[in-house]
Amino acid sequence: MLKMDAVQLQLIKEIAELHDVPEGAYNFRANGQSVQRNTTANIDIQSKTEGSGIDIRIKPGTKNESVHIPVVLSESGLKETVYNDFFIGDDCDVLIVAGCGIDNCGSQDSEHDGIHRFYIGKNSKVRYVEKHYGSGDGTGKRILDPVTEVYMEEGSTMEMEMAQIKGVDSTHRKTVAELKKDAKLVVRERLMTHGTQSAISVYKVSLNEEGSSADVVSRSVARDNSYQKLDACIIGNAPCSGHTECDSIIMDNGRILAVPCLEANNVDAQLVHEAAIGKIAGEQLIKLMTLGLTETEAEEQIINGFLK
Amino acid sequence: MLELKNISFGADGDDGRIEIVRDISLTIPDNKFVVITGPNGGGKSTLAKLIAGIEKNTAGKIYFDGADITDKNITERARLGIGFAFQQPVRFKGLTVLDLLRIAAGKPIKVAEACEYLSEVGLCAKDYINREVNSSLSGGELKRIEIATVLVRNVKLALFDEPEAGIDLWSFKNLIRIFENMRNSSKDRTIVVISHQERILEIADEIIVLAEGKIVKQGTKDEILPEIIGTKYAVNVCQKIADSEV
Repeated sequence: MLKMDAVQLQLIKEIAELHDVPEGAYNFRANGQSVQRNTTANIDIQSKTEGSGIDIRIKPGTKNESVHIPVVLSESGLKETVYNDFFIGDDCDVLIVAGCGIDNCGSQDSEHDGIHRFYIGKNSKVRYVEKHYGSGDGTGKRILDPVTEVYMEEGSTMEMEMAQIKGVDSTHRKTVAELKKDAKLVVRERLMTHGTQSAISVYKVSLNEEGSSADVVSRSVARDNSYQKLDACIIGNAPCSGHTECDSIIMDNGRILAVPCLEANNVDAQLVHEAAIGKIAGEQLIKLMTLGLTETEAEEQIINGFLK
Repeated sequence: MLELKNISFGADGDDGRIEIVRDISLTIPDNKFVVITGPNGGGKSTLAKLIAGIEKNTAGKIYFDGADITDKNITERARLGIGFAFQQPVRFKGLTVLDLLRIAAGKPIKVAEACEYLSEVGLCAKDYINREVNSSLSGGELKRIEIATVLVRNVKLALFDEPEAGIDLWSFKNLIRIFENMRNSSKDRTIVVISHQERILEIADEIIVLAEGKIVKQGTKDEILPEIIGTKYAVNVCQKIADSEV
């Protein structure tokens, strides 16, 4: 297996908060190749025989285990599409940490498109954490276009935390979920764009059977000349409950388009959406300034709290 | 010591220029508990905001501990030791009570220490420390947290703009106790409270009555309180609640 260099290790730290090799199963991918992998008795990771990517199989009944699959790109001009499939058995309780860091010091665009598919077994609980981060001073763009598909069996729970706070020039994220009876999906997305970045995030959640529920909450900050489009759609096809919320702070010359969308195809589908876009209130800045912060420090505190 | 020299403040209103504060000169010595009362619209809140730098005086000079702070901004005045508790505290989505108290303290104080300040304002600390300062808090809870952000700073001059506004009778009794504690424990601390409340006026060293942007009465509690008691400048707390219910 290959060794990772300092830039790659720094990226790993940003996206996975890992300072060292994690416990449990993991697969580290750097510049298009798997560089380190570990499997456990309950969690198996295999490279796909056709195409790029891995299959992660988690045995039924696996509890309190974790899988880390961070990806880093530090070569300019690298473009890849990777398919990662997660097969999670019944009655599991696992943590999956993914994420992608791109360092582009060159002049060519670097792009990683991760296609993640989750097949979650009956009564299983999955917590999924995904962070995106970009660095480097090159003129080449850092591009991430992830697709996440989630197929949830009866009584399963999926909690997704997705964050993109810095350095990604262009992102087009698509998340699709289909829920069976009593399945529950919770999404917490945090997004900050700056410079001339653009970010599009689209959700399509189908609540297909009785008792299924979804709670999709996005908090975002658009600074400088950046652009965001948040498009969260929940479709209720059965007696179910769905809630979507897009809450954004707009700054400088930022632009935000929030498109909350609900579709009810059953009389007992209870669907709610909320959307709010606004700048930081002057009173909030003044309050923190009377506590001794400068205006810039006050702004940072308000944004940090909002995106926490 | 705080000195105001010929302070004026005007703003453009619908009917032309309005003078809200008119040529006020005032000295507030150290270690005093001063209450400013007077009719609504008399310029009390504006005066407190001018001292904190939230509004800029259009004429006159402000001195704090001998230094001219007229041109200093809100942050600079805060760092010199001026604290301000707002009449209507603002909410912050995402920031917790602990975050806010740490920002106020200017250092990452321990949870136990933050809890002491919350207990001081009558909030059960463990229920509140990790709450977000958002719309889930009631007006009264928010007001007490606002007061805690000033207590935690250990300022030389603490300004409270109508601290009793929006809180219930039980909290009001607590509030009096907080001010009594602050007054008794204050070492080199001056407290200025804007209030109509008789109970707060009773613990004042000095009372200032402000009307139409000018000081109409100023003196010790013993001199001023008998003159204004029973008027709308020194109301009984039950009276006020009864009035607001009508």
